[in-house]
Amino acid sequence: MGVLRKIHDAIRSKALGCEELTRSVIDQIAQKNSEVNAFIDVFEARAIQMAKAQDEALANGAELPVGAGIPVGIKDNMCIDGELVTCASNILKGYRSPYTSTAVGQIMAAGFIPVGRTNMDEFAMGSSNEHSVYGPVSNPWNKSLVSGGSSGGSAAAVAAGLVPLTLGSDTGGSIRQPASFCGVVGLKPTYGRVSRYGLVAFASSLDQIGPFAQYVDDAALILESLCGFDPYDSTSENRSVEPFSANLAVDSLKGKRIGVPNQLMSQTIAPDVRESISEALKRFESLGASIDYFDFDLVDEALATYYIIAPAEVSSNLSRFDGVRYGNRNTAANSLKEMIQTTRQQGFGDEVKRRIILGTYVLSSGYYDAYYGKAQKVRAVVSETYANLFKSYDFICSPTAPTTAFEKGANLNDPMQMYLSDIATIPVNLAGLPAMSFPCGLDSSGAPIGCQLVGGWFKERELLQAAHAFERAMEFQPKYSFEGVL
Amino acid sequence: MAFEPVIGLEIHAQLNTKSKLFCRASTEFGEAPNQNVTPVSLGLPGALPVLNLETVRLAIMAGLALECDIQERSVFARKNYFYPDLPKGYQISQFEYPICLGGRVVLEDLGKTIHLTRIHMEEDAGKLNHEGADGIAGATGSSSDLNRAGVPLIEIVSEPEIRNAKEARAYMEKVHQILTFIGVCDGDLEKGSFRCDANISVRPVGQKEFGTRTEVKNLNSFRSIERAVNYEIERQISVIQSGGKIIQQTMNFDDATGQTSALRSKENAHDYRYFPDPDLKPLIVKKEQIEQVRSEMPDLPDVVRQRYTDQFGLPAHDVKVYLQTRMLYDFFELSREHLNSATPKDMSKWIVGELNALLKETMGELSMSPTVFATLIDRCATGDISTKMVKDILPKLLDGKSSVDDAISAMGGAQISNQDELQQVVNDVLKANPDVVEKIKNGKTGSANFLMGQVMKETKGRAKPDTVRDLIISACQSE
Repeated sequence: MGVLRKIHDAIRSKALGCEELTRSVIDQIAQKNSEVNAFIDVFEARAIQMAKAQDEALANGAELPVGAGIPVGIKDNMCIDGELVTCASNILKGYRSPYTSTAVGQIMAAGFIPVGRTNMDEFAMGSSNEHSVYGPVSNPWNKSLVSGGSSGGSAAAVAAGLVPLTLGSDTGGSIRQPASFCGVVGLKPTYGRVSRYGLVAFASSLDQIGPFAQYVDDAALILESLCGFDPYDSTSENRSVEPFSANLAVDSLKGKRIGVPNQLMSQTIAPDVRESISEALKRFESLGASIDYFDFDLVDEALATYYIIAPAEVSSNLSRFDGVRYGNRNTAANSLKEMIQTTRQQGFGDEVKRRIILGTYVLSSGYYDAYYGKAQKVRAVVSETYANLFKSYDFICSPTAPTTAFEKGANLNDPMQMYLSDIATIPVNLAGLPAMSFPCGLDSSGAPIGCQLVGGWFKERELLQAAHAFERAMEFQPKYSFEGVL
Repeated sequence: MAFEPVIGLEIHAQLNTKSKLFCRASTEFGEAPNQNVTPVSLGLPGALPVLNLETVRLAIMAGLALECDIQERSVFARKNYFYPDLPKGYQISQFEYPICLGGRVVLEDLGKTIHLTRIHMEEDAGKLNHEGADGIAGATGSSSDLNRAGVPLIEIVSEPEIRNAKEARAYMEKVHQILTFIGVCDGDLEKGSFRCDANISVRPVGQKEFGTRTEVKNLNSFRSIERAVNYEIERQISVIQSGGKIIQQTMNFDDATGQTSALRSKENAHDYRYFPDPDLKPLIVKKEQIEQVRSEMPDLPDVVRQRYTDQFGLPAHDVKVYLQTRMLYDFFELSREHLNSATPKDMSKWIVGELNALLKETMGELSMSPTVFATLIDRCATGDISTKMVKDILPKLLDGKSSVDDAISAMGGAQISNQDELQQVVNDVLKANPDVVEKIKNGKTGSANFLMGQVMKETKGRAKPDTVRDLIISACQSE
C-alpha cells in the first residue's frame, strides 16, 4: 500500500489534521532541504490556507476528495496563479504567473496541496540538475552525486522523504532518468494524456507532465487527477481516464510479453546496471511474464533526431523571453535590438543557449530539409517501429539510464556524454508512449538503479499494474521514507 | 525603352469574428490598450493556442467566393522573428500548406481576370505606440498594445498578373466588395481590417524574366494603392533609365508625400525559420464541411448585380448601394418578398434613398420589420397614402414598435383622394389667397406650389398631391 492511502485514512479518522500535516511538511523542508536543494520555494500561505479549508470541510462532515491534505511538490515550470514560476532561469527570476496550469489546477481540485517549487535544470534542459540558477540538486542517496534531471528537484524531494509526491515534466527522460538516479517511481504518460496548458514549453511535441512517488500506488492515484482532456490544449487527447489505482494489484503477469532491446543491454550500459536489469527481468519471468530480446536499431538515430527536433522547438518556444513584457530585462541597453540581445545573453544559461543555437541552425533556410525535415521522417519511423513492436510485446523493458547517478561536475563539460544519459528514454518521447521508471536495485556503490518499462499508447493502467507487481515482489527499501512524518 | 510593370498583391483581410484566432480574447476595435488579451495573446509562459473554428468557416467562405481549391489538410506554421509587437517571438501563419490554393478574381470593367496563388490564415501582430518620435528609432519610450495581437486574418496572394495601378486598385476594390458583401470581413479600411502589400517590378516590354521587385507595405486605402503603385513604377523606371539598379527591398508608402521609401533591404531580410507549429495539429477540413459552407453561401456580388439589373430593373446606383451595405441588401431581400402591389424597383427607391439617409442620420439600428415596410410601400403604390406621407411615416416606423395603420391613424387617416372632399379645401384656400390666384392666372403656375402647401397644411399632409394640383390649376383657369 502506498503512503497516500495511509494519510487519507489518518485524516479521515481525524488522527491527523490537514493543517498539522502541511505544517510538519513545511517544517521538514525548512530543516532538511538545504542538504539536497530539492525545493527552491515554499507556498506556505497557500498551503496552510488550503489545508485549513479541508480541515473545516471535514469537521462539517464533508466527504474528502482523494488528494485531500496530500502535500505535493511542483516543478518550477508549471504555472500557479500568483506564485513564482522561473524554470530555474535568471531570465524569469521574480516572474509570477497570473494563471494556473490545467494539470496543477486539476490536482488542486482533487484536494492535493501544492507546498512548494522543486528545482530543475534551466527550462528543463539537462540530465543532472546542475544547470539551475538555484544551484545543483544533491542525490539523497549520496550527496556527492547528481540527482539526474531535468526534474531533479522533484525526484530528490520524494527520495529525501520531504513530500510523498511531486510533479515533473519529461521531454526526453526528465522524469524517468532522475527517478532512476534517486530510486523512486517516475511516470511519463502518453503524449496528450495530461494537458500542457500552463507548462512552460521546452519542446512542445515531446513535453509531458507526470508524477514522482515512492510507491506505484501513489503515482496511480495522482495520475487519475492529472489526466483528462483539456480544451485549452490542442494536443490534448479526448479520451476517458481509467481508474488507474483501482485493481492495481494483479495476481500474476501471466501472458504478458516483455521485449528487451539488445542495444540497451549492450556494453554501453554499466555492468552493475545490466546485471540489475537482468535480475529484474528474471523477476518479471517469475511473475509469469515472458521475456524476449530484439534488435532496436534506431537507438542512435533516435538520439540524433531528438537533438534536432527538441532544439528546433526550443529556439522558437524561448523566443518569447525577450525582456519586453515580463521577466528580467537589461535596462542598460541603448536600442531595442541591444535590449533583446543582452537580456537573452544575461538571462539564459549556457546549456539553454547551446540548444537555442542548435535549433536556430537546423531551422535555417537551406538547412531545414537536411535536418528538421529529415528528423521528422525518422521520428515517424520510430513511431512506426514501436507500433510494430507492440504487436509482439505488451511492454518494452530496459535500464532507464546507462549508468547510475554520476558525480557532480563529471559530465558538466561534456554535453555529448550528458546527452547519452538519455539514450534509453528519448525514443519513447519521440513516439509519445507512456513509460515508467521504478527502482530495481543498487549498484556496488549503493546508488539506485532504475528499470524502465514502456507500454503501448494509453496503456498507463497496464504499466502501473506491472510495476506494482514488481514492486511487491522486489520490496525495494527507500533510503528515506515520508511515513516518518505521520 | 518601354517598360512593363509586373505587380502582385498580398491582401490582409481581418476575419469577422468576435474572438481571436487562437484564444477567447475579444476582437473589438478601439478598446484601451491591452484590454483584449488572455495569457495566449500576451504570449505568457505556458500559454497554448486553440484554433477558433469560426475563422475556418470564414476562410472557407472566402476561398469559395474567390474560386479557390479548399485544402482538406492545411498546417499552421511558426514564422519566427523578434519584434515587441509580436508577443511569442513568432507569428502563427500557414506556410507550406495553406487552406486555399488557386482562385481568381474577374475584373469585368477592365475585361481582365487576376488569378490567385493562395489564401492562408494567420494571426495579426500588436501595435506599438511611440513617444517623442514617429518610429521606435529616436523615441523616448514605446509601449506595446496587444489588443490586435492574435486577431484572425486571411492573406490573399495574387499571381503577378497585375500590370498597372488601375488594375491594382480595381482588384483590391473587387476583393473588398466580395469579402465584405459575404460578411467574411467588415472591410473597414480605417481600422485596418483590410490592407494590402504590393510587390512591384518593371521589365522591358517583351522580356520574359521579371525584374527585381520591391514590396510596398501597408497600403490601407484604394487611393493609396493606386498612388503607391504609380509612384513606385515611375521610380523604378527612372532608376533603370539613369543606369541604376533596383534593389530588392521592403518599402514604406507615405500618404502625405505620396512617395515610397526603403524600410529594409534583402541583406537585412529575416530568415523566418518556418516550421509546423507543434502546439497545433494539422487543420483537417472534411469535404462535407466544405459542401456545408458552400450550401450556406450568400449570393456573390456579381450574381446580385446581374439579378437586380435583369430581373428587377434596378438602377446601377441602387445595386452599388446594396453591394456596399449588406444591411440594406438584406432588408431589401426580406421586404420585397412581402410586396403585393408595388414593384421591387419602387421599394428599392425608398431603401436606397429615404431609408438609407435616415439610418445614416440617426446612426440607428433598423428594427422595422420587413412586412411593415412592404405594407407601407404597397399602401403608397395603391394610392392609399402619398409619397409625402411615406416620408413622414417612415421615421416613426424605424423603431419597429408601430404598425403602418397606427402611423397612418396618428396622421389623421389615409390619403384624401376624394375629389369632392378636396374641392372644398381647395376652394377655401383659393378664397383666402386671391393674390396668388392672380399670379397663376398671369401664367406663374409655379405659385400653385404655395397653394398646394396650404392645402397640405389644412389636410395635415393627407391630400393626394396630383389631385390637389389638378384642382388648383383647373380652378384658376376656369375663373
